[in-house]
Amino acid sequence: MRRYIARRLLQAAIATFLVITIVFFVMRLSGDPTLLLVPEGATAEQIAALRHALGFDRPLAVQYLGYLGDLAHFDLGQSLVQRAPVWLIVASRLPYTMALAAGALVFALVTGIPAGIAMAVWRGGVTERLLSALVLAGQSLPTFWSGILFILLFGVSLHWLPTSGADGPASLVMPSVVLGALAMATFARMTRISVLEELGRDYVTAARARGLSMGAAVVRHVLRNAAIPVVTVVALEVGNLLAGAVIVETVFAWPGIGQLAMQSIFARDFLVVQAIVLFVSMVYIALNLATDLAYSAIDPRIRGMA
Amino acid sequence: MTPALAVHDLRLLIGGAAVVDGVGFAVAPGEVMALVGESGCGKSLTAHAIMRLLPDAVRQDRGYVALDGDNLSVLSERQMRLVRGRRMSMIFQEPQAALDPLSTVGAQVAEGTGSPLRQARAAVLAMLDEVGIADPARRIDQYPFELSGGMCQRVMIASALIARPAVLIADEPTTALDVTIQAQILDLLRRLAIERGTAIVLITHDMGVVADIADRVAVMYAGRIAETGDTAAIFARPRHPYTALLLAALPRRTDVPRSRLAVIEGRVPAPSEFPTGCRFAGRCPLADARCRAETPLLREVARGHLSACWHAEAVR
Ligand SMILES: Nc1ncnc2c1ncn2[C@@H]1O[C@H](COP(=O)(O)OP(=O)(O)OP(=O)(O)O)[C@@H](O)[C@H]1O
Ligand code: SF4
Ligand SMILES: [Mg+2]
Repeated sequence: MRRYIARRLLQAAIATFLVITIVFFVMRLSGDPTLLLVPEGATAEQIAALRHALGFDRPLAVQYLGYLGDLAHFDLGQSLVQRAPVWLIVASRLPYTMALAAGALVFALVTGIPAGIAMAVWRGGVTERLLSALVLAGQSLPTFWSGILFILLFGVSLHWLPTSGADGPASLVMPSVVLGALAMATFARMTRISVLEELGRDYVTAARARGLSMGAAVVRHVLRNAAIPVVTVVALEVGNLLAGAVIVETVFAWPGIGQLAMQSIFARDFLVVQAIVLFVSMVYIALNLATDLAYSAIDPRIRGMA
Repeated sequence: MTPALAVHDLRLLIGGAAVVDGVGFAVAPGEVMALVGESGCGKSLTAHAIMRLLPDAVRQDRGYVALDGDNLSVLSERQMRLVRGRRMSMIFQEPQAALDPLSTVGAQVAEGTGSPLRQARAAVLAMLDEVGIADPARRIDQYPFELSGGMCQRVMIASALIARPAVLIADEPTTALDVTIQAQILDLLRRLAIERGTAIVLITHDMGVVADIADRVAVMYAGRIAETGDTAAIFARPRHPYTALLLAALPRRTDVPRSRLAVIEGRVPAPSEFPTGCRFAGRCPLADARCRAETPLLREVARGHLSACWHAEAVR
């Protein structure tokens, strides 16, 4: 068990290092970053001066070591556009995206997983058909479209919820539901398949032959076995939520990382974009690590390994 | 005496085909009755129908099951739950697949008592000991993957018998195990039938297993019972050509692994292509025009010995 965790931690550390390196080289090799930063119509001398000031004229290896050194001190540089430390810019937006992603995840989990279980247990009935329709809607409506629809319906027409911005918990509801819809559909589908597969196994019949009701057999045996593939998609979907946040934050004027990413790309705020890419990559690595640890918590066979 | 278990005229349909048709038998307390037949003849479906745990695709349109004289078909699902595990239980072919890989041995055996393991721990330990598991205090908290196949089958038997049911249905309990373990498990079942007076329905496709442990046999072919009677009488003089061929294929007292019934010429018809008349006619050396036109019903050919064959007297 310790060895298992130690090995996973080491893998995560290696992945982190690789990501940091790849981000550096992709950002440098895709062109001279100075050109991204200078205003339109700058002279060659101005460009050269800026390049020197930012250190982009040093050899690549020197720049790389400097970059690693800065990261080791959590120094992400200064934004030339916003004239503020990059970490401060990102950190000021982070709570908003975390709240949004958490809201979307909670919505997706508490609706998607029970829906998937219900579709599997009550297969072939009205319940399954109703829920399938809901799942289909969740996975086929484009986020920007359902976002606008929600704003028009619940914000403009019914005045139940604020149309946009980040103004108290009520304004989190619509963006969370819109962002979580796709994940909800994915959780429901995955849970349904996984539970159906487990329901067909001998140990379910055996448990019922001992006198357990279908419900008890599901709760005591099926759900835990069905959880393993579901945990995998939950981790993947959290990653996708961050990608979806770019659109949802833009539609709902939600001041999170996604909106910052859009703004920074348009403003050519090179270092902020780089910081966001690094941050999102770290989140993915952490999610993978969390998934592996969750497997070992669920499955004694994995715990026994290593 | 009222039989511990009686199955009457059971018919099971998949789509339009009667995959089990007119199956009936009775088992007395302490008796081991073998249900034998080739793969696909409907043995497992019969077992699941007795437990009222049929898969969705299968419908029972005729027949009923009585436990100690009580007709189970009048029970609600809720009442049926009190029957399963307590008055009648079942074990399976793949012991490892029949145990939840993520629950401990003890938790699953305790389920048979209806109480959580905390309360049933002493009873579970005693039961594990009774089915011959060494060091039960250690095994009780282990997971199925930490046990061998034979040990898993012992755990299944413990979970099935802990509430002292009067009837145990064992669906090919030794098929997945190697020969020495197979003999140990059969001995265990035999001993339990005697000591506890449990009526056992032992499903198998191995006539060697039948000879080892069954008091009586029902031979099934393509969803119907071909012949039924005392093991000794049937082995001495089969009254159905199918049984005769099965016995002829049985190796005499050797160490070779037991034959798998597939040695008879031809194959079992699929349920959708069951012929009218005798379902064995396509493979039977004695088949004639009458066999192909009229279904032979089970009839008594000797005391307690029934055969569904027009030419039962001519069989040898
Ligand atoms: N869930 C199911 N859905 C559809 N058909 C089924 C199902 N279960 C069994 N059958 C069919 O019913 C027939 C009888 O199956 P059954 O499992 O009872 O055979 P069996 O005698 O137990 O064979 P085996 O020795 O292989 O276990 C077979 O033709 C099988 O294909
Ligand atoms: S009834 Fe006819 S076909 Fe059927 S087993 Fe007897 S002899 Fe063979
Ligand atoms: Mg079977």
